[in-house]
Amino acid sequence: MGIIKALGLVFDYLKYDEEGNVEDTQRAIDDVSLDIEEGDFIAILGHNGSGKSTLAKHMNALLLPTEGTMWVEGIDTSKEEKLWRIRQKAGMVFQNPDNQIIASVVEEDVGFGPENMGIPTEKIWKRVDDSLKAVGMLSYRNHSPNRLSGGQKQRVAIAGVMAMRPKCIVLDEPTAMLDPIGRREVLDAVHELNREAGVTVILITHYMEEAIEADKVFVMDNGKVVMQGSPREVFSQVETLKSYRLDVPQVTELAYELSQAGVKLPQGILTIEELEEALCR
Amino acid sequence: MPIECKDVSFTYAPATAYEIHALKNINLRIEDHEFIGIIGHTGSGKSTLIQHFNALIQPTSGTILYNGEDIWGQNYNRRTLRSEVGLAFQYPEHQLFENDVLSDVCFGPMNQGLTREEAEPEARKALLQVGFKEKNFLKSPFELSGGQKKRAAIAGVLAMNPKILILDEPTAGLDPRGRDNILDQIAELQSVRGITIILVSHSMEDIAKYTRRLIVMNQGEVVYDDAPHEVFSHYEELEKMGLAAPQVTYLMNGLKKRGLPVDLKADTVAEASKSILKALREVDSPLLKEGGSHV
Ligand SMILES: Nc1ncnc2c1ncn2[C@@H]1O[C@H](COP(=O)(O)OP(=O)(O)OP(=O)(O)O)[C@@H](O)[C@H]1O
Ligand SMILES: Nc1ncnc2c1ncn2[C@@H]1O[C@H](COP(=O)(O)OP(=O)(O)O)[C@@H](O)[C@H]1O
Ligand SMILES: [Mg+2]
Ligand SMILES: [Mg+2]
Repeated sequence: MGIIKALGLVFDYLKYDEEGNVEDTQRAIDDVSLDIEEGDFIAILGHNGSGKSTLAKHMNALLLPTEGTMWVEGIDTSKEEKLWRIRQKAGMVFQNPDNQIIASVVEEDVGFGPENMGIPTEKIWKRVDDSLKAVGMLSYRNHSPNRLSGGQKQRVAIAGVMAMRPKCIVLDEPTAMLDPIGRREVLDAVHELNREAGVTVILITHYMEEAIEADKVFVMDNGKVVMQGSPREVFSQVETLKSYRLDVPQVTELAYELSQAGVKLPQGILTIEELEEALCR
Repeated sequence: MPIECKDVSFTYAPATAYEIHALKNINLRIEDHEFIGIIGHTGSGKSTLIQHFNALIQPTSGTILYNGEDIWGQNYNRRTLRSEVGLAFQYPEHQLFENDVLSDVCFGPMNQGLTREEAEPEARKALLQVGFKEKNFLKSPFELSGGQKKRAAIAGVLAMNPKILILDEPTAGLDPRGRDNILDQIAELQSVRGITIILVSHSMEDIAKYTRRLIVMNQGEVVYDDAPHEVFSHYEELEKMGLAAPQVTYLMNGLKKRGLPVDLKADTVAEASKSILKALREVDSPLLKEGGSHV
């Protein structure tokens, strides 16, 4: 079993009337089974409302399954007594950089998690140092978070999660609000954590280019996982992806259009360099 | 109705330790029927600038003219201004507060004096225009996914039928199809109804595809104001400002360096595809041989 495993996962959001009776249900996850290997970098794609965030919230027990089971490092998330251990194993980072930072100094914010976990003070400082260094923000430790750029704030938020030493980090559209360089900084930081510290990464994104660097891509549609495979496998299916309201990276689209127009190109081109190479052979 | 900024500066928390000079001496003129893009690093002043256009923020110094009139002049009717210059916020949470989505979208038109009965058709039309599903009309904004909230917020502004529509990062968090649909709808409003569109975006690809004039903000100043392909030709300078050019621009520059005679102005997939095909024919590329059959 991998670090995160779901079997027959179903989740319904419930709507209650005034008496507290269930008035309506909305199925957000519909029979999802998946198995994520420790150390993998996973990208999750899917249309708005397809269930990505709902699935992510199951990975650290913010939500519990209506049916089926979710295991994080072998622990069934519905076992309430294990809640804290699960939250420590899988950290979450969200979209809006402004809603995630609580303290008025960067290092305090990063130390907040370990402090809550009851880690002794000396060890907290070590963790704060390590985490800030890992995301390239050590020199900002005494800064006020609200003076940082969006990309810097997101990296501080990631450091805050890292300070709890999770095995796995779940990022729900962490770059949606960022400028191009901020996006690059955050992605580089996350890839580095994955490579250097072996942290398993689950990245939810609407930017197709961000998914090409993943080990594996999952595509969700109406609460189901409908495609999974390497980026090249997934993005070579241009028409199928479009039918799920998704897209391919701009260079992949261009390569596809050129081959439709009769240019002989290999399938599944993902990067600018690959297309340049193929066109100038 | 043109908007003009004359020597506009804005300072947050003036004369305190937290003082921030968010805008420095901005001079701009926005004409009728334009489709303008604004890009800039986070914190460059984009959101601050556009909130000046509908008088949500008063400049610390300088003047804003709408149709030639000073919008901060005595007796100026800023209420009318705000209903003609619609602004969809970056964070939809700042805009959604009613019990259900439909009521939320009715709020704007009702504020303009319509009754609920009159407002509802406008609201429905706007919601459908942004691809919001009818089955979700009566949901509470809190029961929506991120992208659904974003759509509802944009519909709220569209329903007021503004003459100038300002969108602050409207496609952040939207799925690719949703992003294309909304921008196509907006482009149609611009070309058919003659609305002026001001689009703030971090997506260089969207800017290249839709806008015809591009304003670049850097640290509170306007550093470029030109046709998008002209601006993107400065991609090295843009990168120093936290920005970038569309993927296609990098590709075209790379191909040119390797000797393929492509057009560096091409910054969209359609333009690039045309230019590359032409260039491959010119150099009589082997990639086009064997009758150019489909793969
Ligand atoms: N708190 C909630 N209460 C009721 N329904 C909800 C709630 N949150 C989400 N939903 C519904 O559950 C479904 C899945 O939502 P979810 O937020 O997981 O989508 P998503 O894939 O993350 O979408 P996006 O790309 O827009 O963020 C949607 O139909 C949504 O309307
Ligand atoms: N309400 C506010 N109070 C104080 N400072 C602000 C406020 N809003 C924005 N700022 C600051 O003003 C500058 C410009 O911000 P903003 O207009 O939001 O930029 P952008 O939209 O380009 O990201 C930044 O330094 C930002 O931190
Ligand atoms: Mg989501
Ligand atoms: Mg902004």
